Amino acid sequence: MLTLENISVNYGAIEALNGITMHVEQGEVVTLIGANGAGKTTTLRTITGLLSPRAGRVLYEDEEISGLPTHKLVARGISMSPEGRGVFANLTVRENLQMGAYLKKNKREIAEDMERAYTMFPRLKERQSQKAGTLSGGEQQMLAMGRALMSRPRLLLLDEPSLGLAPLVVHTIFQAIEDIRSKGTTILLVEQNANAALRHSNRAYVLETGQIVMEGASQDLAADPRIKEAYLGE
Amino acid sequence: MDTFVQQLINGLTIGSIYALIALGYTMVYGILRLINFAHGDIYMVGAFAGFFIAHGLGFAAEPSLVGFAITLLGSMLVAALIGMAIERFAYRPVRKYARMTTLITAIGVSLLLENLGVVIFGGAPRSFPQLLQNQNYTLFGNAAISKSQILIFSVSIALMLLLQWIIYRTKVGTAMRAVSFNLNSAKLMGINTNLIIAFTFALGSALAAAGGVLTAQYNPQIYPLMGIITGLKAFVAAVLGGIGNIPGAVLGGLLIGAAETFVVGYGQSVGIPSTYRDAVAFSILILVLLFRPAGLLGSTVQEKV
Repeated sequence: MLTLENISVNYGAIEALNGITMHVEQGEVVTLIGANGAGKTTTLRTITGLLSPRAGRVLYEDEEISGLPTHKLVARGISMSPEGRGVFANLTVRENLQMGAYLKKNKREIAEDMERAYTMFPRLKERQSQKAGTLSGGEQQMLAMGRALMSRPRLLLLDEPSLGLAPLVVHTIFQAIEDIRSKGTTILLVEQNANAALRHSNRAYVLETGQIVMEGASQDLAADPRIKEAYLGE
Repeated sequence: MDTFVQQLINGLTIGSIYALIALGYTMVYGILRLINFAHGDIYMVGAFAGFFIAHGLGFAAEPSLVGFAITLLGSMLVAALIGMAIERFAYRPVRKYARMTTLITAIGVSLLLENLGVVIFGGAPRSFPQLLQNQNYTLFGNAAISKSQILIFSVSIALMLLLQWIIYRTKVGTAMRAVSFNLNSAKLMGINTNLIIAFTFALGSALAAAGGVLTAQYNPQIYPLMGIITGLKAFVAAVLGGIGNIPGAVLGGLLIGAAETFVVGYGQSVGIPSTYRDAVAFSILILVLLFRPAGLLGSTVQEKV
């Protein structure tokens, strides 16, 4: 469904990604783990067109998408919950969800999708008329995910959804990820919480200083002594 | 009392013009963090567009409400197109560079419009035609309000309400607020942010043009450099209200207009000559920057991490 071929990305003179190759198949949950600054967010930003690669190409549903503007990719079924949630703090919860459905025309479908987001995260319904800036970090994360689903994506990119959240909320978020996967949406998950990420995914890539150093089934990686030592704190 | 009411009416009249222009500064700042220094000159362009429309279509010879409305809307349309063109060809190409680059570009565009105006229209002031029969209505005592003042108030209020409705009740308005808060998040929603930015310039420029035509009904002298001082005052109004804040721009505009008129009306009695009227706005700017840099209604939204 999604293929990255030899992607290199620079920030000025600094090389953030150095020829990474990876793929995500229909219906999978693939996770990308790695330390701070390894290039995880850069990878997602490159896929969504917020950054352009210096070399390599991104293929989505067998078509090259590198170079297309972000809004066109959303129209093709890619959606992202960005790093730091990126909710519109000056908009209400409902308006944030409406923006998620920006490209949708059918009012009835939008209303249905909004109900679905509220069912997934009942807290959002309670706070639908509140400004998103007044929400707690966990609620903002729920909003960011609910909003990303409003465009009915076929591929959902999640950037650090559990970052800085209380354990109970982390549980809710991963529950939601399972839920989204079970409904057939393909997910590429970037996480620092390698433990949870490996438990809730099919396959994983390990990113270190802009290069993929390991890849495989999540179960296998979780059992690998090197991963255990470097990422699982065992 | 009569004088006070009269000064207040005059002040709010000028103030609503400042408010209309200040809205454009504040909207563009809100969305691009750019002080669009060419915005005052769009007000001038609007006045000249109105001048040529009124003469070209014969409304100058025969005052009528229809003629006024067509002149107003026509000049707003012309200014909107020019505003979008400036954004497309001057600001968009440099948007990815440091903010200072865009700021200097804005100053360049401003100088370009002013001098192009002098070249095309000549430096001498022209007299804007009276599009409606003017008339004075006595309120009480010696206080009076003129038809053109009523016109300025009612058109400004109508336009501000329309803007409020667009920004807070429509999808494109919600998208404008989203883009102004977080450009990249807005892109991820599928919003074509370039289109929203262009639309913002169109809206702001149209309001400035309306300000130009309305001012010309009150004070008919129009000239290519008329946008400099008015534009700066409207900018101060936007800063006073809290730059980026829509109701703040309206409040700031009305306050600056009133303050200026009161200095003219009452200054002499406390030893401030009326020639200081232009200094008022800039004194206010200094005070705001010293004591309340976020402006009267400006606040910073706390972002939770």
